[in-house]
Amino acid sequence: MSVSKKRPPLYFVIPAVFIAAGVLLPLVYLVLRASEADWEVSSNLIFRERNLILLMNTIKLTLGVLFTTSLIAGPLAWLTVRTDIPHKKWITLISVMPLAIPGYILAYALLGMGGANGTFYHLFGLEIPRLSGYWGSLVSISLYTYPYMYLNLRSGLLGLDPSVEEAARSLGNPSWRVYGRIVIPQLRPAFLSGILIIGLYVLGDFGAVSLMRFETFSYALFLQYSASYDRIYAAWLALMLLGLTATILVMEYRLLKGLLYHRAGTGSARKIRLSKLGNLKYPAYGGLALLLFFAIVIPVTTIFFWSTRSVLGVNWADLTSTLWMSISASAPAAILTSIMAVPLAYISIRFPSKTSRGLERIAYFGYATPPLALALAFVFFSLNSAPFLYQTLTLLIVAYSLHFLAEAMGPVRSALYQAPPRLEEAARSLGHPPLAAFMRSTFPLLRNGIVAGAALVFLSCMKELPITILLSPIGFETLALNVWSYSNEAMFAEAAPFAIAILLFSSLFVGILFSREWTRS
Amino acid sequence: MNKSVLVSILVIIVAVGAYFMMQQEPQPRDLVVYSGRSKALVDAAVEKFKTDTGINVEVKYGGSTQLAVALIEEGAQSPADLFWSQDAGALGAVNKAGLLKQLPDNIINTVPETFRNASGSWVATTGRARVLAYSPERLSTEDLPASVTDLTNEKYRNRIAWAPTNASFQSFVSALILEFGVDATREWLIGVRDNGAKNFANNNAILQGIAAGEADLGITNHYYLLRTRSENPAFPVDQTVFAAGDIGNMVNVAGIGQLSSSDNPAAQQFIEFLLSEDTQRWFTEQVFEYPVINLDVADLPTQQILETAPTLNLEELDDLDQTLQLLREVGLL
Repeated sequence: MSVSKKRPPLYFVIPAVFIAAGVLLPLVYLVLRASEADWEVSSNLIFRERNLILLMNTIKLTLGVLFTTSLIAGPLAWLTVRTDIPHKKWITLISVMPLAIPGYILAYALLGMGGANGTFYHLFGLEIPRLSGYWGSLVSISLYTYPYMYLNLRSGLLGLDPSVEEAARSLGNPSWRVYGRIVIPQLRPAFLSGILIIGLYVLGDFGAVSLMRFETFSYALFLQYSASYDRIYAAWLALMLLGLTATILVMEYRLLKGLLYHRAGTGSARKIRLSKLGNLKYPAYGGLALLLFFAIVIPVTTIFFWSTRSVLGVNWADLTSTLWMSISASAPAAILTSIMAVPLAYISIRFPSKTSRGLERIAYFGYATPPLALALAFVFFSLNSAPFLYQTLTLLIVAYSLHFLAEAMGPVRSALYQAPPRLEEAARSLGHPPLAAFMRSTFPLLRNGIVAGAALVFLSCMKELPITILLSPIGFETLALNVWSYSNEAMFAEAAPFAIAILLFSSLFVGILFSREWTRS
Repeated sequence: MNKSVLVSILVIIVAVGAYFMMQQEPQPRDLVVYSGRSKALVDAAVEKFKTDTGINVEVKYGGSTQLAVALIEEGAQSPADLFWSQDAGALGAVNKAGLLKQLPDNIINTVPETFRNASGSWVATTGRARVLAYSPERLSTEDLPASVTDLTNEKYRNRIAWAPTNASFQSFVSALILEFGVDATREWLIGVRDNGAKNFANNNAILQGIAAGEADLGITNHYYLLRTRSENPAFPVDQTVFAAGDIGNMVNVAGIGQLSSSDNPAAQQFIEFLLSEDTQRWFTEQVFEYPVINLDVADLPTQQILETAPTLNLEELDDLDQTLQLLREVGLL
């Protein structure tokens, strides 16, 4: 490829380096803290047999969740992009809604379903076994992470060049072989992005596994962090988690090596021929209903059930001010994050080299850094070098962005893979300066990816806790903080209005983003 | 094609605008409180202080441990005036880092000696007791254990719920170590663990687990059931205390201290307000905790607990390291 020999333009390299440096700040802090340790004590803590068991549990859970989410998201993406199923937009919208539900609420709701005093018993007089342990964790994490995989596969499928498929079909290949040989292999970057984000998510998840009582590595790690005031061992454990992350990143890099799936040649994107579902649409509806029953109906009903038990009524002034604060941090963070993702993804895909790939991979470290460690690092650095920034909204937004950067990377990266570089070259040859050429040719093609990335980050910020607690301005309260605070004290009725607000506004945001995508395309 | 240029200009304007919006002067702060106690429990009291005194209070809510770690990281640059913690451990950690200042005598003398630390840098604001929650359907009154040490009994095999990761449980283990020594505590932990005790995430999860039939009895804090019942009177779980003086009935406290970096006179006013009779009564009647001052409350829901609590020096409970080490050793952490 001739492209790869050129040097990446500075206006992409400089932001990329800055962003990477920002993501690495917490790592510097962790190393700083870890180096204060007494080696004998920390080695006792690190090389414990129990850590090995926990590690095995983690791997088992990660693989299980990856398998389950692929099983849900694959057919779902195909159904909503490649078939003639009616109400496609609505199905898409509803399918990503679980992202608006905080994970611990879903886990609470699923837990409360079964057993002698469960929701099912009260509603239908049906005593079903209580979900817990491995299966409980698997089900709840899968139900709120599958949208990550779905969104990646969906934008991957939407961006595929149908001409290759058509060529294969015209050569007499049956549909299944076209999928097996052409479509699925081309979806590999999107699939790997999904795997990466979900894999890292499972590695770091604490809420669901603790409620379901399944002990994973990150669970133990979190406990050390929350139970001990000793920042040194905590730093060691965080570094161990980052080691795991690095392993996953290297594996993904190996698998992704040498893939290039942009449109070849000059042709314009053709409309994809949709598969006719016919009577198959009834089982499809059935499957969807089953999925949405567990992922949406159960948690939402549970929240509304909580709210009916309220004796005090809703404090509207409190609710609206909290809602505004949540949005004022999450929305700018979502925009900033997707903007940050573009230069990193661009240089790594258009100018592949060890350095550019490395820069891009660094983004994922921010996602895998335990949020509490990340927040403490920001406390440390801002107080030491920029005290005027400490506990300002600006710092909170920057911290959110660096932490959730990885979520925006996936969709942007998948979109870039499919945007043909020739377009940009053509724009340049027509006399446009390089940046203008990028803005006019490639940037519009990234729209779907950027929109998906921003949506993911917004939803995550709305639910985020540890970073919000430490870095928010004093007196700043988010919806999630209130949900956590009330449900922690077993005051579910008081928690309900805040949880409902998260649900409503996250859904609204997703709805707006998708409707923009639809009106434009 | 001009559209994309327009969009990018728009994005830049929004970003710059947002940046300047954020740079607005922070609101004037009069008193800054870092509260490890959740807003759910203390907001009404804070609001009352504001209206009573006209002093503006800004509260940063979070987990006690997280805020303690943040305070240690902030050091002398901390914007906080007060640290209000859910437990003695977090206060102890901040105090050990030399970040709390000595409180004046008039505050210290409001509470009995057991409810403050020896150097007088923090005082307790409310108390909560450890109790035994159980299912009245599956466990009759005569089958209840008389002491927390009886939980190793074969009778309770695979029926016990506990929350080893919970801060209140860990304080309880520290109390056990204080009472019986490390070896006996280790033996007890292993005994209960091998008796099939199930690990739950927190106190509330224990109650839900008992209600759902996953366990028949569990050790937890006294107020969770009282709160759950106030929302759902039919909740099928009861609670009781062990025999009088049993270590299983120990009392944990929430407490407050002033940061050395703070010279705000309103800080002491706030502590005085918390220890006033009205506020203490409110905490007792509305939050179901119990008072740290001598209070004459008819029908105190926590009366029985008060009478059966063992005597303990809270100051000695503020070092968690040994407890955590023990819990790790027996594989509960």
